[in-house]
Amino acid sequence: MKSANLNKMTPYFFIAPAGVVLALGLLYPIAYMVYASFLDWNPSQLIGEADWVGFKNYSNLWVDEAFKESMWVTLKFAFIVVSIEIVIGLGLALLLDRNIRGISALRTIFILPMMIAPIVVGLMWRYMYHPSVGIFNRTLKDLGFESIPWLSDSTWSLVSIIIADVWQWTPFIFILCLAALQSLPRSTLEAARIDGANAWQQALYIKIPLMMPVLIVTLLLRLIDAFKVLEVILVMTNGGPGLSTEIMALRISRTASEFRELGAAAAMSNYLLMMLLLLTISMFLYNKFVEQRRQKMLALAEGG
Amino acid sequence: MMKNASESRQSPAFYALMVALVIMSVGPIILMLTTSLKLNVDVMSDTSSLLFTPTLKNYETVLCDVLWYAPEHVDYCNPTFSRALGNSIFIALVSTAITLILGCMAAYALVRFKFMGRGAISLTTLMMRMVPPAVLLVPVFGIWTFSYGLDGTFTGIILVYVAMNLPFVIWILQSFIVQVPIQLEEAAKMDGANPLQIFFLVVLPVIKPGLAAAAIFTFRIAWNEFLLANALLDRNTRTVPVTIVNSLTEYDIDWGVIMATGMLLAIPPIIFTFIASKQIITGMTAGAVKG
Repeated sequence: MKSANLNKMTPYFFIAPAGVVLALGLLYPIAYMVYASFLDWNPSQLIGEADWVGFKNYSNLWVDEAFKESMWVTLKFAFIVVSIEIVIGLGLALLLDRNIRGISALRTIFILPMMIAPIVVGLMWRYMYHPSVGIFNRTLKDLGFESIPWLSDSTWSLVSIIIADVWQWTPFIFILCLAALQSLPRSTLEAARIDGANAWQQALYIKIPLMMPVLIVTLLLRLIDAFKVLEVILVMTNGGPGLSTEIMALRISRTASEFRELGAAAAMSNYLLMMLLLLTISMFLYNKFVEQRRQKMLALAEGG
Repeated sequence: MMKNASESRQSPAFYALMVALVIMSVGPIILMLTTSLKLNVDVMSDTSSLLFTPTLKNYETVLCDVLWYAPEHVDYCNPTFSRALGNSIFIALVSTAITLILGCMAAYALVRFKFMGRGAISLTTLMMRMVPPAVLLVPVFGIWTFSYGLDGTFTGIILVYVAMNLPFVIWILQSFIVQVPIQLEEAAKMDGANPLQIFFLVVLPVIKPGLAAAAIFTFRIAWNEFLLANALLDRNTRTVPVTIVNSLTEYDIDWGVIMATGMLLAIPPIIFTFIASKQIITGMTAGAVKG
């Protein structure tokens, strides 16, 4: 009897610790943030002493030029890096999807930029962009060109952080695309080859359409991550010069720690979270849609 | 033999492309390594960056507190970094261990006792992947300081890291546990093993590759994270990323020393990459390819 009881309790016993940690460390903080976003709260107050201000934090942000600027920078940054990375990553994957010796070594080396701490990535690039000792300006000088104000000019600084992000994350897309390419049905590709499709036609009309589900998911995953980038930019430019590279994550952390407006920072976090939620939900729905279509196709195939 | 023959027929242009790609992706890391072996005089000098005498002095400066000898060139030994290194190692290892233990148990129960559908877990994982650390900044700071009283403690930061990593770990381990044949467990049950014994002696050994992938991902996040560590930890509990950023704000940057610090922070992930790249790629692609 006792052992039957024990068996019934087992699943709860196994899940409880993880559940408690998730509740304390993740769900409660998120709920708390939603609550804090309605308060006028600074770090020296207890949360109970903060005044309830309703939606004021949210509406204030709509007339806050700095916030709107950071939102614009975030969108610009995310869409540019993801487009460049998709084009290069997919291109390389299509090009290198063949029996070349050493492709697995290449993949291993490609993971390195993603594994190293973002802080260190920022550090490396800040050093390379350095006006006098950095490798880029040194090379330019040696070749007799003008040096470029990589991090000190507001247009160049955005370009610089985009280059660094492309360096760090293109491999991610490359690896996913390569995995997708290698799992494509060989018979379809074979058929296309026999019908005389050249490499371009195969890529454009067979491979890319077949990879679409993976491509879309990759794209959304990257987009979500691009909205979260913080450390690399923090180390390279700290949002400057001016507000030219101040993405939302950075704005939130500065609002909380420098301006000490926790309520406003929480409201910003909520805006960011809502944007990300939108992306995540669209990704989930897309997955569902693909799954359903596949099952319909399977049913059709069996019925026929 | 056949395979080799078809491999070697590729045009040399592809090898040139691959070499170029390797140089591009490793170049910045090599540059960091060489800079960390240079004295500041060499970093600043105008001559070619390849001609210099490599020295370990920067590493000695950084690690002076834990070295068994006193490096001659260090006048004042700053213990900040070696302390931070110790903190980082402790926090990353403990968070990884706790996340794995809790994650394993939960994943196992979710699969074997059919708690929630896989769809629900995927969705939660996805949702959690979405939450940026910056969003957790305000609430975690508030709660940890005022409600839990955990600000500045190891327990506090470990709690955040474990919570942040759990959804992903549960999700990835689930996909490995699903593949463990149920007959194996039933046979063990016949032999009179209780659920705990089955879990530890039968299931765990089979899902080792999944554990490796989960461990690396968790360790990497705990080891590399800056924002929450910066907000929560105090002078004595700070981790390496925080000390790096702090030393950057000073006007005069000693590039050699800071690159040595960066190198020390980068070494563990680099080692993992070389010994377990297969598991890492599995973890990475599972997210997108399986959905």
